[in-house]
Amino acid sequence: MIHFVLLISRQGKVRLTKWYSPYSQKERTKVIRELSGMILTRAPKLCNFVEWRGYKVVYKRYASLYFCMCIDQDDNELEVLEIIHHFVEILDRYFGSVCELDLIFNFHKDSLVEAAKEQASSISNMIAQATK
Amino acid sequence: MTGPSLMDSLFQRSIDDLIKALRLSPPGTETAFVAKAIDEIRREIKSTDPHTKAAALQKLTYLHSLHGLDMSWAAFHSVELSSSSAHSHKRTAYLSAALAFNPATTDVLLLLTHQLRKDLSSPNVHDVSLALSTLSSICNTDLARDLTPELFTLLISSKVTVRKKAIATVLRVFECYPDAVRVCFKRVVENLENSDLGILSAVVGLFCELTENEPRSYLPLAPEFYKILVDCKNNWVLIKVLKIFTKLAPLEPRLGKRVVEPICEIMKTMGAKSLVFECVRTILTSLSEHDSAVKLAVSKVREFLSEDDPNLKYLGLQALAIVAKKDILAVVENKDLVVKALSDSDLNIRLEALRLVMCMVSEDNVMEICRILISHALKSDPEFCNEILGFILLTCGRNYYEVIFYFDWYVLFLGEMARVPHCQKGDEIATQLIDIGMRVKDARSQLVHVARELVIDPALLGNPFMHAVLSAAAWVSGEYIKLSRNPFEIMEALLQPRTSLLSPSVRAIYIHSAFKVLMFCVHSYLKLNGEESLIPSTLTDSELVSDVEVDDHNMIATNGQAPSASSVTHHLTQESLLALVNLVEINLGPLAGSNEVEVLERSTNVLGLIKLIKPMILGSLNDSEGDQTNRELKASETVKLIFDSCSEDLGPVSVNAQEKVPIPNGLVLKENLDDLEEICGDIKLPVLTSFSLVRPQFAEVSNSAECQDKEESELSTESTSLLAEHRKRHGLYYLSPGNAVTVSNDYPPAHDPYGKAIVEDEDLAKLTEKSLVTGKKPIQSKPRPVVVKFDDGEVTNVVTNRTRIKADLISDAVNEVLLGDEATTSSSSRRKPPKSRRVTEDSNISIVKLVWEVANTMGMVKRGDVEPQARIKNMIAKTSIKVIVGCMVSTGRGTGRIKQWKLKHQSFLIFFYSNAFLTKILRSVVVINILVFFSHWNWLC
Repeated sequence: MIHFVLLISRQGKVRLTKWYSPYSQKERTKVIRELSGMILTRAPKLCNFVEWRGYKVVYKRYASLYFCMCIDQDDNELEVLEIIHHFVEILDRYFGSVCELDLIFNFHKDSLVEAAKEQASSISNMIAQATK
Repeated sequence: MTGPSLMDSLFQRSIDDLIKALRLSPPGTETAFVAKAIDEIRREIKSTDPHTKAAALQKLTYLHSLHGLDMSWAAFHSVELSSSSAHSHKRTAYLSAALAFNPATTDVLLLLTHQLRKDLSSPNVHDVSLALSTLSSICNTDLARDLTPELFTLLISSKVTVRKKAIATVLRVFECYPDAVRVCFKRVVENLENSDLGILSAVVGLFCELTENEPRSYLPLAPEFYKILVDCKNNWVLIKVLKIFTKLAPLEPRLGKRVVEPICEIMKTMGAKSLVFECVRTILTSLSEHDSAVKLAVSKVREFLSEDDPNLKYLGLQALAIVAKKDILAVVENKDLVVKALSDSDLNIRLEALRLVMCMVSEDNVMEICRILISHALKSDPEFCNEILGFILLTCGRNYYEVIFYFDWYVLFLGEMARVPHCQKGDEIATQLIDIGMRVKDARSQLVHVARELVIDPALLGNPFMHAVLSAAAWVSGEYIKLSRNPFEIMEALLQPRTSLLSPSVRAIYIHSAFKVLMFCVHSYLKLNGEESLIPSTLTDSELVSDVEVDDHNMIATNGQAPSASSVTHHLTQESLLALVNLVEINLGPLAGSNEVEVLERSTNVLGLIKLIKPMILGSLNDSEGDQTNRELKASETVKLIFDSCSEDLGPVSVNAQEKVPIPNGLVLKENLDDLEEICGDIKLPVLTSFSLVRPQFAEVSNSAECQDKEESELSTESTSLLAEHRKRHGLYYLSPGNAVTVSNDYPPAHDPYGKAIVEDEDLAKLTEKSLVTGKKPIQSKPRPVVVKFDDGEVTNVVTNRTRIKADLISDAVNEVLLGDEATTSSSSRRKPPKSRRVTEDSNISIVKLVWEVANTMGMVKRGDVEPQARIKNMIAKTSIKVIVGCMVSTGRGTGRIKQWKLKHQSFLIFFYSNAFLTKILRSVVVINILVFFSHWNWLC
């Protein structure tokens, strides 16, 4: 199960968060600080998985943005990577060549993440949802 | 519309404005800007105009979600806005609710119930899906219960988007309100046969989560899952189905046989790595008895490992780790790739590889692997270096050094590890050094050798990470000094000037070890002398006498004599012993003024003993008088007693040792010993005077002695009667008079190393038989040294008792739906809430209980830890013995008074003598303190 999704810029600024398990505000800040410290310092061309507090965090960098998803120990990491990619593709289609600024200014349309989570098969379907 | 709200809506900053302004604000002023923005929002959000309100809420949500601001105060506004008819407002409201509401703490949550119900039944698809996704984030028991009927309807909605969202939401509702299963489960199951991929994916995802907790309930659905496995072509759905089978297959062997074939088929034909990896994982975890499948899976893993992609490498190593638990050969086959991964640039990959390498360790290859690893450790970065060392220590120490055959080698290796430049595992190394000393008798001589190398090297003292190791080395050198070739050298090492760099606690151990060494030397000297004086007419005696005479007149002559190296006793001339005593005295003298209690105390103890011993050694140089011999005799007796108490073998202590000591009859643990406190009350005053570290003791003592004398005489009658009373009641724990030092040990010993050793031998025999049958192990020329251990295991099994009442409830309901009523009767027994085991205890913990608990905790402290000695010492030695000795010095002159003190003193010690285990741990500290105390007494009498 995905516990949360974080989008963090290379400078450590948070661009988007989505929590699927209950965390208090304090915990959230702590999690973000811990993870950005862990992930942003990793050199390129290393593996995309980080073990963290008994969970796994799968991250991938697109341009200057890190997409991180926290999953259970026995979840499929490669599948999550595919989901992240899928998500980015959706963003790309919706915004037309997505960039970080799009996300900054359109944070409230975050049902996109929701849609990606449910892993519906058709991309266009989700875009229809987002644009409604 | 009122004026201000019109103004607000006209000049309100939109979210875009806010974001832009925030981005433009110079660094550092951000907090101030945000605070200002919040003020603005607080004003705007109260507006009656929904547009203004929505915009304010949107801004607030933004600040909450990305800048971590508190927005719990605005919860009601979200609820308010959710009833707006405009979809965009509704969306803002629901989004803020989903992000900010906490199901457990937000109190306005229930106000949302009605609106959610309305939206769930709305004809507008978007409203419905909005309500669904909000519900899934903020669901609590009440919401789940109240909205189950609506959800039930949506499960057969004709709209795909709605239906799949409803299915996903069902998961949260089940978790919060298990009774919903009875209502909805059938419809959810029906969706398994849906042809739409989105819906199928959602249902399978739902079951994947549900089986995670309680797989057995879902076995009846296996045929449906099997159908999906065979028919479905979507990778993500297949991965989820495989996960379900991973859980189900171990429960039903026939199922494993059915699914193994299609899984292998998928593995062979599919290109997607994620799916292939999931197949591999499923086979290795749950279908490991199907050999051909495992073989195929392992070959796939090998492919992964040989790829350049770090992700695949990492996962390949993880997959191997799964196999390693069952079939180590598969790992050994891939040893080359694993070892190669040890030098990967990615720390995570290296760690995985390290874990695998450590899995491969066996009795035969442990030396080789350790050698490879240590060379890796030497050339890698500090972090990984310590990981390696940690893993080596963990693996080699596992199950009482199971894999270690040559302890001499391992002890040397430990010393080598301690010297690795980045080593920060000092504590663990120290623990093992001491532990091996206690458990493995045969390794002790080598251990002493290694400890000598460590203690003697002045360069190591400067490295704070080494201090733990050094303390262990010092302890070993002191404890097993009789195995040392040159105790004098050890003594010099223990007292070398650079020891001032050590922390006080380590230094205290150094001093204590020096003390043991000193005792050993003096004792062996006395023994030597004693033996010779027993046969007065032999040549050796006259030789010795002439020697003494020569020494007396001509010191240089003895200095010129070359000592023969073969035996310790040959070193021991009076001269050299005196030199040794002087060395100790000179080095410890300044420490008697130390500000550190530990150091001060131990060095004073040693100095006190030297005071006692010195006349004896000197006495044999001078012509002995009648008085002198008398005292000398006393002193030599004391030395013998101390040495005997020190030379008892310290064994490992089982965690359960204390439990095995039966609580003696009449020992009431919960009794409050207030009366004892009264007895001891009069001791408290001198504590302050005799314990001041800075001021000189005796000036004050003489003053206080007088006033105390008066007080004492008043109190003494009262306290003696109280003590007598107490003694009558708890006679068992008082020592019989006149028998203060020798401990009568009525209780069964906590452990019997000799008895265990026999059992161990049998075990070993069995082990060797077994290994001979397999023929893997070369025949060893000598038997493995005995490692003392206990059958019951020393590690308390912490039963991981994760209560899964929720999961149980869900599965109960599922069973009911799937299997009918008969299942519920059997499962209902599980539903009983676990009995709370906590018995409210009398908060008034008595002293006896406290002491008993201390004893219990001591058992759990790692064996051989030098610390507990110090800790316990702090507890008793300081509060009782030291106080008494202090009082003795300050007040005690009359014998009657001393006797009285002695009785009180005993009242403290009874608890510790009352079981075998504690005396063992304490013997070096308490016994010595008592002996020092009695030596003081002897002087005073």
